[in-house]
Amino acid sequence: MTSPVSRGFHRRRGPAGAEAGKLPPGQHATTDFPVLSAGPTPHVPLTEWTFSIRRGGQALRSWTWPEIQGLPAETVTVDIHCVTRWSKLGTVWRGVPVRTLLDQVGYDAPHVLAFSDGGYTTNLPIGDVSDGRAWLAFDYDGQPLAPEHGGPARLLVPHLYFWKSAKWVRGLELLDRDQPGFWENYGYNNYGDPWREQRYAGD
Amino acid sequence: MALDGNAIGGMLLEIFATDMTSAEATCARCGAVRPVAEELVYLRGPGTVVRCRRCTSVLMVISRVRGLNCVDLSGMEALEVKAASD
Ligand SMILES: [Zn+2]
Repeated sequence: MTSPVSRGFHRRRGPAGAEAGKLPPGQHATTDFPVLSAGPTPHVPLTEWTFSIRRGGQALRSWTWPEIQGLPAETVTVDIHCVTRWSKLGTVWRGVPVRTLLDQVGYDAPHVLAFSDGGYTTNLPIGDVSDGRAWLAFDYDGQPLAPEHGGPARLLVPHLYFWKSAKWVRGLELLDRDQPGFWENYGYNNYGDPWREQRYAGD
Repeated sequence: MALDGNAIGGMLLEIFATDMTSAEATCARCGAVRPVAEELVYLRGPGTVVRCRRCTSVLMVISRVRGLNCVDLSGMEALEVKAASD
């Protein structure tokens, strides 16, 4: 039996200086912000935009844009890691902790599926969004989040690969049983921890 | 940003061992029929997504997992490869 071999693979030299220790294995730092999209950029007017927490397809609670803006927001500086091997260190975001939203519905499910305009989905264990390490982010670098980067609001879950930080997010579906999202269905890892290099299913 | 199917002509040739840009894709959602070359292509994600130019429904997803190409065509009703005309 033969095993697949990818040609032209060269391991990068380890990062130096300030980047040392901040880059997960197999990642390199970039200073620009590549746009990652699996589909066209949706444009939903803010007057029609809502964020919902659902269970069994029924909204338990929905927030309008002004209601989200009225909640206590946090400014966070985090490193983001894309499975396509770039990382961007020290990015500054502003958003509402997902925990704040979950606390307003009283949740009991072990998993969530984030859903977005355009049909994108991604799944996460509830613990990864309920413990203060996930935000509904609407500002990037002091400016309203641009549509091509997921505005008006995206999920920000920087401790996982960036496909988990769903762009154009419109809500979370609470799930009793885990359900793979878009990229998880196509061979990407169900959890996606960059520090354990969980790029693909089985990693 | 969307490109068109010509952007993945090389990748498709590698996978299917024949020119696929002229193959006619039928969208499973809206029924539109178009050469792959004219469909919408999104390259800059974890994998490559081809969408219907008329309704933007997903036609094809190509993910490269550990050096192997995985192709999902379930968004298409049909994919007709033109016979070589030589
Ligand atoms: Zn279509």
